[in-house]
Amino acid sequence: MMDFGDSPEESEFRSRLRAWLQENNPGLHSSTGDEYRAGAAAWHQSLYDAGFFGMSWSKEIGGQGLPTVYEVIVDEELAAAGAPARPSLGYLVQGILAHGNDDIQRRFLPGIVNGRDRWCQGFSEPDAGSDLASLRTRADRQGDEYVITGHKVWTSYSDDAEWCLVLARTDHEVAKHRGISAFAVPMHQPGIEQRPLRMINGMTKEFGEVLFDGARVPVSNMIGEPGEGWRLAMTVVSHEREPGELGFVARYGKIVNDLTRKVRDDPAAFGAEQVRDLGWAMVEVEMLRLHVSRRLSDRLNGITHGPEGSIDKLLMTWVEQAVGHAALAIGGIDNVGGDDTWLNTYLYSRAQSVMGGTSQIQRNLVASRILGLPSS
Amino acid sequence: MDVRPSPEQQALRDSAAQVVDRLGPQAVGQLDDQERASKLDAAVAASGWRELRVEMEDGAPLASGVETMIVAEELGRGLGDVSFLGPTLAAELRRLAGAPPSPTVETVALAVDLSSLACSVSGDRQPAVAIDVQGSSRALLLVPGPDGHVLAQTDLHSAGAGLDLTRPSAVLGPPLAVAPVEAAVRTLAPDDLTRWTALGLSLTCADLVGTMRGAVELGRTYATQRRQYEASIGSFQAVQHMLADALVLTEGARSATLHAAWAVDARAPGEALAAAAAAKAYSARAARDVCETVIQVHGGIGNTWECLAHVYLRRALLSSGILGDVGVNLARVLSHRGIGGDDGLR
Repeated sequence: MMDFGDSPEESEFRSRLRAWLQENNPGLHSSTGDEYRAGAAAWHQSLYDAGFFGMSWSKEIGGQGLPTVYEVIVDEELAAAGAPARPSLGYLVQGILAHGNDDIQRRFLPGIVNGRDRWCQGFSEPDAGSDLASLRTRADRQGDEYVITGHKVWTSYSDDAEWCLVLARTDHEVAKHRGISAFAVPMHQPGIEQRPLRMINGMTKEFGEVLFDGARVPVSNMIGEPGEGWRLAMTVVSHEREPGELGFVARYGKIVNDLTRKVRDDPAAFGAEQVRDLGWAMVEVEMLRLHVSRRLSDRLNGITHGPEGSIDKLLMTWVEQAVGHAALAIGGIDNVGGDDTWLNTYLYSRAQSVMGGTSQIQRNLVASRILGLPSS
Repeated sequence: MDVRPSPEQQALRDSAAQVVDRLGPQAVGQLDDQERASKLDAAVAASGWRELRVEMEDGAPLASGVETMIVAEELGRGLGDVSFLGPTLAAELRRLAGAPPSPTVETVALAVDLSSLACSVSGDRQPAVAIDVQGSSRALLLVPGPDGHVLAQTDLHSAGAGLDLTRPSAVLGPPLAVAPVEAAVRTLAPDDLTRWTALGLSLTCADLVGTMRGAVELGRTYATQRRQYEASIGSFQAVQHMLADALVLTEGARSATLHAAWAVDARAPGEALAAAAAAKAYSARAARDVCETVIQVHGGIGNTWECLAHVYLRRALLSSGILGDVGVNLARVLSHRGIGGDDGLR
């Protein structure tokens, strides 16, 4: 029977989480800035240790082995408490689960889930953005190792990471999609140079360039078979498009709650247009919360990701950017020389229509794979 | 939480879809086909869908907001030119007032701006608007009583007309000739009207979702068939992106509407209204965008009377207005979160 309400077990879990959050909310600001990033690792550990992270992943890898809908409950309660969102790692876990052998899964997944090992994702390159399959980073076999040479960009959190999931070309003779393999590359070694990039909101901890010049990775760190890298990348990016996997509902909900409080505290300071932008942000975030509930319920049927991920990515993008507009309207412009938190929240929202596959690419996928429109 | 439809709900959807696909208008010219429209009306009457909100022995409605949403959505998708929304809302009013179900088809009368149920004060010079009047001889509305609103009725004398070519409305009065519904045993409390409004909003959302689904399919089909530059226009990225956005908006509206329909019976009245208002603001804005896109995809053809695209747009515009447009419902959403005092209910 269709029911958005909690079962007794879900209700018990929700109360337990709510009580825990009252004691353990680190109170980080809702925007994704450097301060937030600096506290994120401790937050991850704290959630994990209390049993509130990786709700739907198996216990073998450190998850809680519960139905996927528990992720929605976590997001709802994090937002309600004004706590930071859960770490967005689901896509990495899903990629390794789908393509890594038992050895790879045993070696890497527990460290990702419990937050001991931090990972980044070396996919995009200066000349391989939307056209990812034309990537040129190469991995050349030398004995029991591969030697990696190339240039990655938009590598989020690379300077904090112990590991990088690198896509590199291992076969230059086959079609470009088929010659790519994936590796778990240790980041702390000679032959890897980090170059942080500064985002339009001033943040330096997220974006980075990573230069590989003779970096080494054991053959046993290949994830999947040789040539399976493209399929792994598609698994990862399709999960990267799912708001339920990312936990972004909590992030958006917290921003809207903070903005709502600001207006309630001093209603006379805000005009009808500003309040209207906040109203739309409320509507959009609520829609996304419900949309995620719907998608995660579908998974109870065993339905996993498909082209619908592109629908979800576009919805999530519109939500984040509506929330960004509300941040700009309510807190963003009238603080010359002062706190630029809300301005930066707005500016950060512009990345959502690019990261994880641009909105243009998502529209192409919706048109061809869901609407069945002919290719040009 | 598990928001998958039950097998019964899926069967209801299939059966509503089958009726409207078989008997609904497939082209603008068929809107005048009285024989077809009568068959559709007879099929809906036989199905009992208009009685989903009548009272059972325990006072609860026969079916939940979710079942009514399912029928409304399928009728919207197929441009069903048959009354459903009006009779369903009338049945809900009778249930709330403890009056037995009406033996004949009846609808409801709204305030002239459509944003609330009409409340007729004696000597009032305001007209009212009966919606979805096809087949109805009577519309329900309110009159003020000493301890709350009293359910009343007014006779309909016109076949109706209006912007929606599939669901005629009729202007009533002024003055309105109003008589209490004698069998009503209860006045309608504010909570009753809040829940009734939540049901009405979620049904208009469902109609909008269905309308969007039908419109997107119309646009998709045309884009696949229409050829220019020796290619179907659906192969052009500009057209693809417009239709992709339309589909994404439809799916977002669908998720919000599903929740609103569930909340009608499962949540306290204020929560149900807030859920419905959020769904309505989202769906109404989306539906206008989607229908405009589908007109654009059809080019010149989309601007002709014979193309069904404007029939979808017209239906969407009426559903958007019923029980409050985008602005009214944004105000309800904000009010529920403690911003602004007016919840838009009068």
